[in-house]
Amino acid sequence: MKSAVIVFPASNCDRDAAVALKQMTGNAPHMVWHQDKELPDVDLVVLPGGFSYGDYLRSGAMASQSAVMRAVKAHAERGGAVLGICNGFQVLTESHLLPGALMRNAELKFVCRPVTMTVEETQNVFTRKYSNGQSVTFPVAHGDGNFFADEETLDRLEGDGRVVFRYAPGQNPNGSARNIAGILSEKRNVLGLMPHPERVVDPLLGGIDGRALFESLIETLS
Amino acid sequence: MKARVFVTLKNGVLDPQGKAIGHALNGLGFSAVGDVRQGKVIDLELSERDEATARASLKEMCEKLLANTVIEKYEIELKA
Repeated sequence: MKSAVIVFPASNCDRDAAVALKQMTGNAPHMVWHQDKELPDVDLVVLPGGFSYGDYLRSGAMASQSAVMRAVKAHAERGGAVLGICNGFQVLTESHLLPGALMRNAELKFVCRPVTMTVEETQNVFTRKYSNGQSVTFPVAHGDGNFFADEETLDRLEGDGRVVFRYAPGQNPNGSARNIAGILSEKRNVLGLMPHPERVVDPLLGGIDGRALFESLIETLS
Repeated sequence: MKARVFVTLKNGVLDPQGKAIGHALNGLGFSAVGDVRQGKVIDLELSERDEATARASLKEMCEKLLANTVIEKYEIELKA
């Protein structure tokens, strides 16, 4: 599987993503700068965590207007896989590649801790190696992770089986609607989630629950 | 021409910051304060002279960047 990690000014999990991809796939990903107009030939594009453009205006808003995002949109429209983690999820909603918005955490605090979620969907390229209903623990680290969408959109997401990760009861760290932690696009080739799977691929970092996400991608896209 | 754009959360979208401000004001003794909603003010200078064109262009700016219309609404004020 060939992959690329997009680097925006103030991305700070781009190297975490690169280390995880290298470890899981055996190949280092292409690191693509936000001003680049074209993507290398890749199967997977990762939008990493961080504070792109200092979170100016709204988290992800400036990044969604960057040159590279036009190429990312074209990749997604061709059916290419896109994974947005944390700030990457915010960039995906601001770019309208995913519905809804990520608002300030309900408690107005930055939350940095492991959270337990359930895997609700496995019929997609990102989670096929998990089992349905499996409980997984990924770290979160964000101030704007409160997923919001109108009721009609939430019903559609649920009805179409596009809610992939849901915070376990009592674990919702940010007030997200219906405990939603991660969602798929309509074509199921774009996934955005607030928790960080790339931080749990090595036992040295305290867990390996994120490995199956990369294994799913490798199995499908290689 | 100068323009001022107000961006606020849509009615029905929870505003935890507004709520915290309200609590703080109550704590300061301003007991008459009820619901509080907060937002952003963006001041722009435009070289445009025609008001209708300026307004149309500002609306497009709001839709494309200044507001996230999933959660926010906007108001445009023009000053000659």
